[in-house]
Amino acid sequence: MIDLALPPGLVLILGAFLIPQSRGKHRTALVLGLPVLALALVWLVSGNGGAGIPFMGLELDPVHATAAGRLFATVFAIMAFAGGLYALRQASILELVAAYVYAGSAIGVTFAGDLVTLFIYWELMAIGSTLVIFAAGTDAAGRAAFRYALIHLLGGVLLMAGIVAHGVDTGDLSVQALEPDSLGTVLMLIGILVNAGAPPLSAWIADAYPEASPSGTVFLSAFTTKTAVFALLVMFPGTEILIWIGLYMVFYGIIYALLENDMRRILAYSIVNQVGFMVCAIGIGTELALNGAAAHAFAHIIYKALLLMSAGGVLMMTARRKCTDLGGLFQTMPLTAINGIIGALAISAFPFTSGFVTKSLETSAAANEGLLVVWLLLLAASAGVFLHAGIKFPWFVFFQKDSGLRPAEPPKNMLRAMWLFSFLCIAIGLFPQPLYALLPYPVDYQPYTVGHLVSQFQLLLFSGFAFFVLLGLMKRTLTISLDFDWFYRRFFHGLALDVSDRTSQTRADLEQRGRARIGRLIDNLYAHHGPHGILARTWPTGSMVFWVAVMLGCSLLLYFL
Amino acid sequence: MSEKRHWLYRKENLPKLWALQILILALALAPEFFIQHHAHVAGSDFRLDTGFGFFAWYGFVTCALMVVGAKLLGIFLKREDTYYDD
Repeated sequence: MIDLALPPGLVLILGAFLIPQSRGKHRTALVLGLPVLALALVWLVSGNGGAGIPFMGLELDPVHATAAGRLFATVFAIMAFAGGLYALRQASILELVAAYVYAGSAIGVTFAGDLVTLFIYWELMAIGSTLVIFAAGTDAAGRAAFRYALIHLLGGVLLMAGIVAHGVDTGDLSVQALEPDSLGTVLMLIGILVNAGAPPLSAWIADAYPEASPSGTVFLSAFTTKTAVFALLVMFPGTEILIWIGLYMVFYGIIYALLENDMRRILAYSIVNQVGFMVCAIGIGTELALNGAAAHAFAHIIYKALLLMSAGGVLMMTARRKCTDLGGLFQTMPLTAINGIIGALAISAFPFTSGFVTKSLETSAAANEGLLVVWLLLLAASAGVFLHAGIKFPWFVFFQKDSGLRPAEPPKNMLRAMWLFSFLCIAIGLFPQPLYALLPYPVDYQPYTVGHLVSQFQLLLFSGFAFFVLLGLMKRTLTISLDFDWFYRRFFHGLALDVSDRTSQTRADLEQRGRARIGRLIDNLYAHHGPHGILARTWPTGSMVFWVAVMLGCSLLLYFL
Repeated sequence: MSEKRHWLYRKENLPKLWALQILILALALAPEFFIQHHAHVAGSDFRLDTGFGFFAWYGFVTCALMVVGAKLLGIFLKREDTYYDD
């Protein structure tokens, strides 16, 4: 153990700025080496509180290692490595640097021992991720990045306000389990939920992520929502409302993904669905459930990135992203298809994949707590995952009709990143024990029982059967689906236009009225004082004398009275 | 297109693919005759999950409901994909 508390996240953040300075082999070494270094530090730093760093009268604790934190930091570092490998030759420098700052900040959050450190990394993450979207360089990406930044600034403000209120209330800013029973803690909870993609602001994920570059979306899928899961796990375990918020997210993701035509938006909606499972488990709050949420997050980052790598490969080679334009690609992109299918099987929790050994912890936790409705809904949702992501994505992209497209496989580095994650999906599925050993609580769970295998196969295969029977109802259309973002993209936009129309009209009216009034005043003045005005005439001397005599007479009269 | 269509896309193979799927489904149901499911949810009277092929019909029915539900919601939610392009 190194006693020197070198923050693992900071290494990645600072190292990112060396990337633009390097060329060729050195850059490759840097991009692949930094995450490895960060991963090593995650496990080497002792980080048991120790000496705090004084900052504006507060004691900061930026390197605070916990089991949950190390677990999330580990998968973040692995993700940065595979994402870096995937992005290495194709991504812009801006995207690479932003993505590494983003990944480093996510690791920083997992090591934060106090809320101020957490907040600083939280906001760095927002900046990094906005730049990753922006780095795609298209107009649509620029606008999406702006909307994304607005939502995350809102979330950040809520979180900050909550931290301040909580600090004033209790005087304790350490990261620990809290009850949402005061203004400060409720604001913090809402701020974190914004990043998790909770209702009503779930739309930002499907709005922003698919506008990034192929590699940008891979990075984006991993960090923001999962640091939110981490924060909820550590700070709000067992908060009952999270069960229902999570269930809403689960079905929201399924329904919207079923309606969606853009392949990467399907996968973006499915992020909300998957995070919903984790949020629900955190709401259940038992050791088994929290282990489930942590393990599911670990597995999810890997298979969701794998799915988006496969989709990104297709996007890069065909320049098409709509299911209506794709199909039949398995013929010339078999490797991309196989990797996509492995990711799809893992997200569906097919036996012998990482999803099977992690998601079942969560459903078991619901069953063990006697939450019948929650268990039945999670079960239906597990079937729905196979429906909307497990079959829908590979089917419409690689099979369905033959689109006539004959693209080549994507470049080698992208395929290597996919193979690495495919390997992890299956390795974790076959040998879950090493992952179980990393979980925050001791695990006494055996995923591979005959009953569990049989029931899972039945559930998935028959939901697949439903997919093919009802294929006619799922014909892709050239549409998007309205969501809460309608309020800020259309309603408020329209409202603002209307307000600006009306205010400018009112201003014009007022101005016209004012001008008319001034005009009349000037006319009046002109009439009385102008060259021909009654007050501007030259008066005869006789009348002057007469009026002076009248005035003197008046003053004389007044004097005597 | 001059090249021969892949066998997956040839009309005559469609019945074979359906037969294959039915066979797989039958295989998935086969263990039902040999194993005894225990109730999953602790402390509840819910026993449907111990019945024959609960996970099979539950998966099928809930998926069908989700597809139909999405279709119905789609009537209200779907817009042209150029809706936000001003």
